[in-house]
Amino acid sequence: MSRVTLLALQVLVAVVCLALWQLFATVPVFGKILLPPFFFSNPVDVFSQIVKWFSSGVIWKHLGITLTESILAFVIGSLGGVLVGFWFARQPLVAAVFDPYVKMVNALPRVVLAPIFALWLGLGIWSKVALGVTLVFFIVFFNVYQGVKEVSRTVLDNGRMLGMSEGQLMRHVYWPSALSWMFSSLHTSVGFAVVGAVVGEYLGSAAGLGYLIQQAEGIFDVAGVFAGMFVLSAFVILIDFGVTLVERRLLVWRPTVDGRG
Amino acid sequence: MTTPTAVALEDAKVAFRLGDDRVYTAVEKAHLSVAQGEFVAIVGPTGCGKSTLLNVAAGLLKPAAGSIKIFGRPLAGLNRDAGYLFQADALFPWKTALDNVAIGLEIAGTPRAEALQRAQKWLTSVGLGAFANRYPHMLSGGQRKRVALAQVLIRDPKILLMDEPFGPLDAQTRQVMGNLLLDLWNADRKAVLFVTHDLEEAIALADRVVIMSAGPSSRIIGDWRVSLPRPRDIFEVRLDKEFHALHREIWSVLKDEVMKGYAQSTQAAEAI
Repeated sequence: MSRVTLLALQVLVAVVCLALWQLFATVPVFGKILLPPFFFSNPVDVFSQIVKWFSSGVIWKHLGITLTESILAFVIGSLGGVLVGFWFARQPLVAAVFDPYVKMVNALPRVVLAPIFALWLGLGIWSKVALGVTLVFFIVFFNVYQGVKEVSRTVLDNGRMLGMSEGQLMRHVYWPSALSWMFSSLHTSVGFAVVGAVVGEYLGSAAGLGYLIQQAEGIFDVAGVFAGMFVLSAFVILIDFGVTLVERRLLVWRPTVDGRG
Repeated sequence: MTTPTAVALEDAKVAFRLGDDRVYTAVEKAHLSVAQGEFVAIVGPTGCGKSTLLNVAAGLLKPAAGSIKIFGRPLAGLNRDAGYLFQADALFPWKTALDNVAIGLEIAGTPRAEALQRAQKWLTSVGLGAFANRYPHMLSGGQRKRVALAQVLIRDPKILLMDEPFGPLDAQTRQVMGNLLLDLWNADRKAVLFVTHDLEEAIALADRVVIMSAGPSSRIIGDWRVSLPRPRDIFEVRLDKEFHALHREIWSVLKDEVMKGYAQSTQAAEAI
C-alpha cells in the first residue's frame, strides 16, 4: 500500500469517528439522543474549547509546567537508574542484598505514593517530579543493570587483550553497552515521566495539564475534559517524535534502530 | 639458545570445576613451544581443548598444573606481548571501523589524531580504506575479520594468537583472508599460534602443524614440520605434491581422533 493511501485511510478513521460522535450527540435517533451532551459533549464544543485555550494563551502555562515536570522526572530518574544500575551490576553482593527490596518497591503501584509526596513536597512541581522519578528510575535501572551484566564475554576479553585497564573497560565497553540498553527503553521511560507528572497534577496541584482536566471534571465540563485529553495526546506524540529523533542520532551503530516502534 | 622461545608450555594441564564439584580435565600435559618468527598451527577434533590451550597462552586461563613461559619469563596475569584474534565477533559494535582499530593505540596513550591516522593506514592495508566510518553491523563477516585483524596488528604484538579466526567465513573468503594474513605476517614474522579444525588451512599457513587428540584429557599427539617454500600462495600451495603427501600423512593420524571425538559427542548427546 502506498503512503498516500495509508495516510488517507488513517485520516478517514478520525473523520468517521468524529462525524459519528457529532451526529449521535446532536441528532436524535428514534426520538432519543444516543450520546447525551452532559456525558459526552461533542467534537465541535471540544474543538472550540481547545481553540479558546490556545487563542487566550492559558494553555501554554499548563503545558510548560507539565513539560518541566516531565523533563525533571526523566533526567533525575535516568541519572539515578544509571548510577544504581551500574553499581549493582558491578557489585553482585550489593545487588543480592537489595534484590527483595527493589522487587518490593517496584511491585508497589506508584499512584499510592502521590499523596505521600504531596505531603512531603507540597503541591508544587516537586511532588509530581518525585512521582515521575519513581516510575522512570526502575525502567532505566533494570535496563542498565541488564546491559552491564550482559556485555558479551568475547568483547570484554577482547578489550582486556587490547590492554584496557578496568577504568578503560568501564568507559569503552560497559558504559556504551549500558547506555544502549537505556536508550532502547527511552520511549517507555519518557512516557512514564509524563504519566507521573499528569497523575500527580490530577491528584493535587495548581497548574499543569492534569490540573486542567481535573478542574474541568470538577464542574462537569465534559468538553473541557475531552479537550484536555486531546491536548495531552498531542503533547505526548510530539515528545515521542522528539525521542525518536534523538534515538536515531545516538543509536546509529545499532542494526535494529529502524525496526523499533 | 640465544633468543628465548616466544611461547613455551611445559606439561600444562587445564581443568575446569564443573557445577557438581567434579573436575573436567580439558588438556593433559601439553608440551608446546613456538619459536620467535614461527607460525604454528594447532589442529584437533571439535572439543579437544585447542582453544583452551590458546586461552592459557593469552593468560585468560591459568593452567592447573605445569608452567607457561613467554620469552623465557613465567606468565602472570594477561599476556601483554600477545594480540588475540577471536573466533566470534569481538569488535566494539558502538565504534566505527576506524575507532575500533584506533582504540588499541588510544588506550596505550597515543594522541587521538595520530591513532586515527595510523588506524586509517591499517584499514587500507587490510583493504578497507573506504569503510572507515562503517559500524560493524554494516560490514560483512569477512570485512569484520579484516577490521579485527587490523585492530590486533596495529598494537604490533610480538605474539599473535588466533582462535579459528576464519571459521565463520565461507570457503573463498577464508582463502583470501589466509593470503592476507600471510602477506601481513611476512612483513615482520611474529610468532603465531593458530588454532583451526581445518587441516588444509593449517598446512597451507604454518611452519609446524601440531595435532591434538580427542577430548577430554586431550594431549598433543603429533608435531609435523611443513617445509613448503615461502612466500606461499594458499591457492597454489594446495596443488603442490609435498602438500598432498603431508596432508595424507597427518590425516591418517587425525582421522582416528576425529572419529573418536565424533563418537563421544554423539554419545554425550544421547546421554542427555
